[in-house]
Amino acid sequence: MTAELHEELTDPHGEQLDHGAASSRPLKSRISEPQPRGAKIRGNRPVDQSEAANRFMAATEHEAMHDARLWDLRQKRDKEMHGIEEWEELRNLASGIKEHTLSKLDYYLELFEKNATANGIKVHWAKDGAEHNAIVLEILRSRGVERLIKSKSMLTEECGFREFMAHNNVEVIETDLGERIQQLDDEAPSHVVVPAVHKLRTDVASVFAKTIGSDPDNADAHYLTECQREATRPLILSAQAGMTGGNFVVAETGTFVVCTNESNADLSANTPPLHIASIGIEKLIPGLNELPVFIRLLSRSALGSPITQYTSHFRGPREGGEMHVVLVDNGRSERLGMEKFWPGLKCIRCGACMNTCPVFRRSGGLSYGATYAGPIGLIIDPTFNVHKYRNLPYSSTMNGSCTNVCPVKINIHEQIADWRKTLAGEGEISPVKKVMMKAAGEVLASPVVYRASLPLGRSALRHLPHFMLYNKLNTWGRKRDIPETPKQTFNEWYRRNRKSQGEGENS
Amino acid sequence: MSGSREAILGAIRSTHLQGEHPRPAVPLFDQAAPADLKALFQKSLERMGGKMLLTDVADPMAPVRQAIVKPGPVVSCVPEFEGDMKITPHTKPTDIAPVEYAVLRAAFGVAETGSLCFTEKQLHVNTTGFLPQHLIVLLDPAQIVYNLHNAYQRPEWLQAHYAVFQSGPSATADIEGVLVHGAQGVRSLSVLFQP
Repeated sequence: MTAELHEELTDPHGEQLDHGAASSRPLKSRISEPQPRGAKIRGNRPVDQSEAANRFMAATEHEAMHDARLWDLRQKRDKEMHGIEEWEELRNLASGIKEHTLSKLDYYLELFEKNATANGIKVHWAKDGAEHNAIVLEILRSRGVERLIKSKSMLTEECGFREFMAHNNVEVIETDLGERIQQLDDEAPSHVVVPAVHKLRTDVASVFAKTIGSDPDNADAHYLTECQREATRPLILSAQAGMTGGNFVVAETGTFVVCTNESNADLSANTPPLHIASIGIEKLIPGLNELPVFIRLLSRSALGSPITQYTSHFRGPREGGEMHVVLVDNGRSERLGMEKFWPGLKCIRCGACMNTCPVFRRSGGLSYGATYAGPIGLIIDPTFNVHKYRNLPYSSTMNGSCTNVCPVKINIHEQIADWRKTLAGEGEISPVKKVMMKAAGEVLASPVVYRASLPLGRSALRHLPHFMLYNKLNTWGRKRDIPETPKQTFNEWYRRNRKSQGEGENS
Repeated sequence: MSGSREAILGAIRSTHLQGEHPRPAVPLFDQAAPADLKALFQKSLERMGGKMLLTDVADPMAPVRQAIVKPGPVVSCVPEFEGDMKITPHTKPTDIAPVEYAVLRAAFGVAETGSLCFTEKQLHVNTTGFLPQHLIVLLDPAQIVYNLHNAYQRPEWLQAHYAVFQSGPSATADIEGVLVHGAQGVRSLSVLFQP
């Protein structure tokens, strides 16, 4: 592959571009270092997030780049927020619109189905991932499709779509750069918006050298992006079907909307004769008046850019083309019935909660061992499998930052606390936590025992940090300095100072 | 599958969210709209990586000709400019792949985000918006709306089967946050104000 670049790919002034999805300042990694891999998945056994997080943090160059890139996205988001006077009003509206739609979801789904069908879209319903995969395979088989190009979709990750299609001899080509990197490296996306953000440029160079024949010694982001473009284009042109997800579904017009920066959804949808969109049932909104609220919030919250480069609206097949929408439940209707956890369905997958979360930034999305990582993952993943993901709600500092940045105002940190209670109630709690919580419960229940325990606790903070502080309950505490512990308790200080002062005044 | 349709709708109907959840009224948020939307559009377009071409009153298509600097087929979807490749009713989406430049007219523009709206009416073949290497776009300044709320009041949404906002060229920052234009779609996007 030639290293020659089209001149548009290099800035004429030799400076890095800083608009759109770019980082606001250059963040080039300095050294090459083996990429830490994600959580070890052992069947249905509870995922050990802290074990994988430890390995990510031990890879210091990866951790530093990941942390810097995501924190920069958070700061870019703040800058955009300050540029829009009605920002908080938009968040309130977005939350209210989602709550309204979810409260009448059956009505809006049927309305969408009616309008989309009238425009020539074939609407399918799938109760779970397996049924989704079967429906899509049936459509592809009956039309002799051997190659499918697709844009990024978290829903198809939920469904294990790529693995299923590989077993059924359909070649699936991801067209989002980050997602393609992950596909070629046989790894899941680590972030809902920037799927390969946990990788350094040298990691990408090594994946591309092995899979698409790029120069292994060239880790320039422009060169790597161009190599991928050139390698993917013939596949786009020869595919017989295209697949997209859907960010928003407008019930009153029968439209679904897809947001990308690369125009890969437009290419996937418009180049082959057949377009299939896989969409979760929670993506509905009522009408066109509501849509701009979400378009204005999504990319600003996700990447700190005013809008994605492409916002694509599909309302019916093009002339001579064919369009299908598969509406997928996969646990969503059950979640809607969960008194405490239904607000998670408001999520628009912007990833702002991940970018702001100190645990996520330092442990990498693959450490969660689940489709959804970061704060939103902590409250969604246990609804899929309460046993396997029972440790995840503990991977939080409970600082509430996720809730503060959420564009649809999901009470994420409160739900994390509620999950901890729920898990304990269901007996889904690890033996270590059980012992520690029982002991803590007994101590906290009695003022006398509590006071007596404090000097011991102080001593423990000084002398037994690895036992008390750096255990599974406290993953985020690693590599953070615990504040110096006071030499005396407040009670001791009060008795010595105030009491003696008081005694002095009396005498 | 029809059994699943009923099962999903039935499961939803068996849930009842607590509290009232009325449909909120969404304002247009356009009280602060400036009189000159052209300037705001240009600023927003440049933020998204697009370029403005300078208008030429004496020879309106001169800026388009000057912007075409690379060899390769030029396809035009506008009557004002003659391309060297014709789109016919038989043109397939993949036929656009070798095109170097496409000259298009936007249905309208959005000043808030520097976005250009195209539907199948402007694109003729939908892939003319994405498969060419470069886009040159004519935009009538009278067809610029202030913000996205105004944009979604337009009639196109109920007329077109396909409509897209393009805001600058195709871009990615998936590798260490380095922004690269031309990730999969067009490598550059230039706009000329042309009534």
